[in-house]
Amino acid sequence: MEGKAIKYGDNVDTDVIIPARFLNTSDPKELAAHCMEDLDKSFKDRVKPGDIMVAGDNFGCGSSREHAPIAIKESGISCVIAKSFARIFYRNAINIGLAILECPEAASSIEDGDIVSVDFETGVIKDITKGIEFKSQPFPEFIKKIIECGGLVNYVKEKVV
Amino acid sequence: MGLTLTQKILANKAGYEVKPGDLIEIDVDMVLGNDVTSPVAIKEFLKIGVKEVFDKEKIALVPDHFVPNKDIKSAEQVNIVRKFAREYGIVNFFEVGQMGIEHALLPEKGLVLPGDVVIGADSHTCTYGAITCFSTGIGSTDMACAMATGKAWFKIPEAIKFNLKGKLNKWVSGKDVILYIIGMIGVDGALYKSMEFTGDISSLSIDDRFTIANMAIEAGAKNGIFDYDEITEAYVLGRAKRNYKVFKADDDAEYVKTYDIDLSIIKPQVAFPHLPENTKSIDDVGNVKIDQVVIGSCTNGRLQDMEVTYEILKGKKVHPDVRLIIFPATQDIYLECVRRGYIEEFIKAGAAISTPTCGPCLGGHMGILAKGERAISTTNRNFVGRMGHTESEVYLASPAVAAASAIKGYIASPEEVA
Repeated sequence: MEGKAIKYGDNVDTDVIIPARFLNTSDPKELAAHCMEDLDKSFKDRVKPGDIMVAGDNFGCGSSREHAPIAIKESGISCVIAKSFARIFYRNAINIGLAILECPEAASSIEDGDIVSVDFETGVIKDITKGIEFKSQPFPEFIKKIIECGGLVNYVKEKVV
Repeated sequence: MGLTLTQKILANKAGYEVKPGDLIEIDVDMVLGNDVTSPVAIKEFLKIGVKEVFDKEKIALVPDHFVPNKDIKSAEQVNIVRKFAREYGIVNFFEVGQMGIEHALLPEKGLVLPGDVVIGADSHTCTYGAITCFSTGIGSTDMACAMATGKAWFKIPEAIKFNLKGKLNKWVSGKDVILYIIGMIGVDGALYKSMEFTGDISSLSIDDRFTIANMAIEAGAKNGIFDYDEITEAYVLGRAKRNYKVFKADDDAEYVKTYDIDLSIIKPQVAFPHLPENTKSIDDVGNVKIDQVVIGSCTNGRLQDMEVTYEILKGKKVHPDVRLIIFPATQDIYLECVRRGYIEEFIKAGAAISTPTCGPCLGGHMGILAKGERAISTTNRNFVGRMGHTESEVYLASPAVAAASAIKGYIASPEEVA
């Protein structure tokens, strides 16, 4: 996949990804309409399908609200690359099938607006604008399996039904 | 290799040897959801296609975030949860009138016990580590799958050891301890790890421990957990309706880091906007005028918190420029506050008292901040826009500091009013 980078800093919390005042609904479209609103009012106008979100340390810290990765996914973001993820956000993203990659080097180097491509098979991230390549942390086998199933519900479904 | 307390509990469930980094799928003893996270979980649960939940008694559904419902949309969300609870025979569904803030309610009702593995679709599920169980926040999809299978996946975490000694000073409580620690290690200081509290914990009441474990997530931790002692036992006995197992860390357990914390040197702490790690000792706060004070939440809405608030407010008046909102965390705590005469004193002082709700803590309802306003709050997060307008500010502190501040109109030390 390939897209334009939309870059943020460290400790992007779930309250700015999707503020609690919008949590009286679980409709993905409504959530996406307010995604990142309290951090970046321009996000919903500039995000294009396939764009890649790039951030610093501890991305998605705070609440367990799955509404956060749902809002990001529904807004068209194809992948989030961060230096590190808060753990609940990390598992929520995997569980719902939002692609995430942990790669401190890529997250530092990529700038807002750069064209970035991601290969999930190999974990290779390319900053096409700058002509630099990075290798992200590979996922453990078990997590790969959940991703391959398209999320935790499908993974569990295969086992119980 | 020896195991930490968290690793011991997880290994016991796995039934085989584990080491940090291993991924395991294990049975859970309790699955929790609230009115924000359960509707999403229910939608996912229905996709799985099982006819029943794994265990009608091991699921707790606690609508607490936007209740009593603030608007039509939130009422619809709770209705999804209510109907699901009825249809699937969920025993532990708590309606308005019986409910409390989930993380105060579950231990109070004896639904979570030492040695348990608990998951909750709420980040502050880590609270129950205070009573020596493994409990951690997960999302709605994890909740859905656990309601179907009774299982969840975990990575065996590494641990940071907090070796406590000394006694807390007057007006210093669990809130100050955890803010002090987060100030020291940062909001990602324990990312993916357990925070294990050990050493001399005898001066920490069970309510102090709940507050400390509650905010482990604010350091990025997977869980916070305390050793089991007579204080734990005194709390759990009389509430437990089933047997439980007590675990302790191996003597040769390995920790990625050990901090020695002398409780006697900790002063009341205040976390400045917009991260819980921006802590200052009360002596270094300076003159910070406030518009609103919030005392309550899953962090600080327990009886001890109400007690110290009463001690400070008794016979005094809330500053005319300040709105003070007090919300006991459960119906039982609320009732005890009535019996003890706290509520009368709170009202005489000029406080507004609320039924249990998460409302003000997350800017949901019952005390939203306007542009430019400042609040001091006993809650757990002071992120941008957390309690209202993105240009409002939240300062985190203990009930003692919050109550003193309500009287003074600026962030004040309890010493100034006591």
